[in-house]
Amino acid sequence: MSAPIKETAAIPDQRSVDKRPARAGERRGEGVVLNAFSHGFLAVWALLIVLPLLWLVLSSFKTDAQIAGSAFGWPGNWSFDVFTRAWEKGIGDYFLNTVIVLAFSVPLTMLFGSMAAYVLARYEFWGNRLLYYFFVAGAMFPVFLALVPLFFMVKRLDMLNTYQGLILVYVAYSMPFTVFFMHAFFRTLPTAVFEASILDGASHTRTFFQVMLPMAKPGLISVGIFNTLGQWNQFILPTVLMQPQSGDDPERYVLTQGLIQLQQQQGYATDLPVLFAGVTIAMIPMLVVYLSFQRQVQAGLTSATLK
Amino acid sequence: MRKGQYRFVAGFLLVPVALYLIFVIWPYIQTFGYSLTDWKGQSQTFSFVGLDNYTALFQDDVFMDAIWHNILFLVFIPVITILLALFFAFMLNAGGRSRAGGVTGVAGSKFYKIIYFFPQVLSLAIMAVLFGAVYRSDSGGMLNGFLVKLGLVDANDPVEWLNEPNMVLWALILVVVWHGVGFYLVLFSAAMQSIPKDIYEAALIDGAGRAQSFFRITLPLLWDSVQTAWVYLGIVAMDMFILVSTMTTPGGEFGGGPDHASEVMSTVMMRNFLIYGKSGYACAMGVVMLLLTLILSVVMLRATRRERVEF
Repeated sequence: MSAPIKETAAIPDQRSVDKRPARAGERRGEGVVLNAFSHGFLAVWALLIVLPLLWLVLSSFKTDAQIAGSAFGWPGNWSFDVFTRAWEKGIGDYFLNTVIVLAFSVPLTMLFGSMAAYVLARYEFWGNRLLYYFFVAGAMFPVFLALVPLFFMVKRLDMLNTYQGLILVYVAYSMPFTVFFMHAFFRTLPTAVFEASILDGASHTRTFFQVMLPMAKPGLISVGIFNTLGQWNQFILPTVLMQPQSGDDPERYVLTQGLIQLQQQQGYATDLPVLFAGVTIAMIPMLVVYLSFQRQVQAGLTSATLK
Repeated sequence: MRKGQYRFVAGFLLVPVALYLIFVIWPYIQTFGYSLTDWKGQSQTFSFVGLDNYTALFQDDVFMDAIWHNILFLVFIPVITILLALFFAFMLNAGGRSRAGGVTGVAGSKFYKIIYFFPQVLSLAIMAVLFGAVYRSDSGGMLNGFLVKLGLVDANDPVEWLNEPNMVLWALILVVVWHGVGFYLVLFSAAMQSIPKDIYEAALIDGAGRAQSFFRITLPLLWDSVQTAWVYLGIVAMDMFILVSTMTTPGGEFGGGPDHASEVMSTVMMRNFLIYGKSGYACAMGVVMLLLTLILSVVMLRATRRERVEF
């Protein structure tokens, strides 16, 4: 019965299938059937993912009448006007708001998260374990538990509908996971480098920023991707915290909120192509980032879940 | 030196701990306190009402229905997503035109993974708009348009995916599954690849077929990942706020229609808080959501506990 195993080693190439001894024929037949079978299923699911997205993007080139007519009509309005219109109808502002918030919240999350994780992972002091569990416990609780008092807390700080309010809240709510993951990462770093740095006369702060943090780069990338996607796609926190507080308080919606806002308005003024164009605009940066960092994104998100 | 070290530790912890205390821990604690009051949010005064909010809650039909809907999500979202993800992960990793009992991946498995994973990086807000269009209740909707083309549905009487009380929850489940399968597929697939090949070869020598090697080897060794997936999908099922509040017809503000048929705990809570201004009552709902989440985690971890296999 050792024949099939030897074959695995000896015949790595699909093209040499025909030259195989007849003994393996039965198994090979099964393999071919399963192969066709699995390719069939895999291709169908791939189509089920791609087609709706493609359909939505194409729909931005339709007119309202075409959209209401038949789902499979070919778009007849090939003009990029609709994207300009969507951008001006608010998507541009929502986009900018999201970028402003994340430009601060993600670096701050990473900075504060790593700082806390670092001292918790590498220094012994009274209450260390307690503090660690205190941070990690936050990941257990649904955000809904905090929403009502959080709203009034931010209100008391006079930060409702401000960038700084949302930034601070994002940073705070990203702490549990960031601390948890970076803590595990800092633990794996060699002690020798740390000691050498201290012996050379570097301060603890300098050792952290110039020696330990650069060594933690792979971890920082994983958590960074996780936090960026999480904060970019956040909806509940901005829905509660980013509502105009008075008549002259301008809208500072983030992208997720803005898209929903645009969708809800469709009930009154039908301009569906604009909505679809808005979604297309919102998808493009994700697609670009995803395709260029595809390996890191997949590894970052899944390893982040497993740890 | 020693003193300097403590100063350093304290300095590094100060800002993160302060932020975390102010915006996360303190509100969590306050929720319990507020849930025992009749606080209306706008007024500064409120009085202690004991467990009144909780008794009211259990007589609130809308909220009780919402709990059942969450439980339905809790059962079906993880089961369907995990089964599909396992199936596709197995196809990707073992469906290849291979010899030794299914250890070779199909050609192009990398390409498939790129496509499958993509929905995961899109926000649920995008899902809401996309599937809002897919589920449109005329032939302009992708599903209805397709069914009309096939002649399965009359163009004048299309399916109201989101307006049929006994269809809307399934329509929502489909969105979550569509969004999530790729992620768990990649997760399972990575775990499958870390299983040493000689285990399969040994099983093959002993005469195990593909099915047997899947159920006897792959699945037990994947159990940790399956458990993780279950917990994460459970969290998703307990939330569901964005999809319900934006895709379903408003039974009030924040969706939940038709006639509260798709209401979940989070939408009822947000409505009571932001629209009705019943802050104390909403806090009580938050506490119930926490309790259910904790019960869920304990039950899940107990029910799925297996002997751990090291390899």
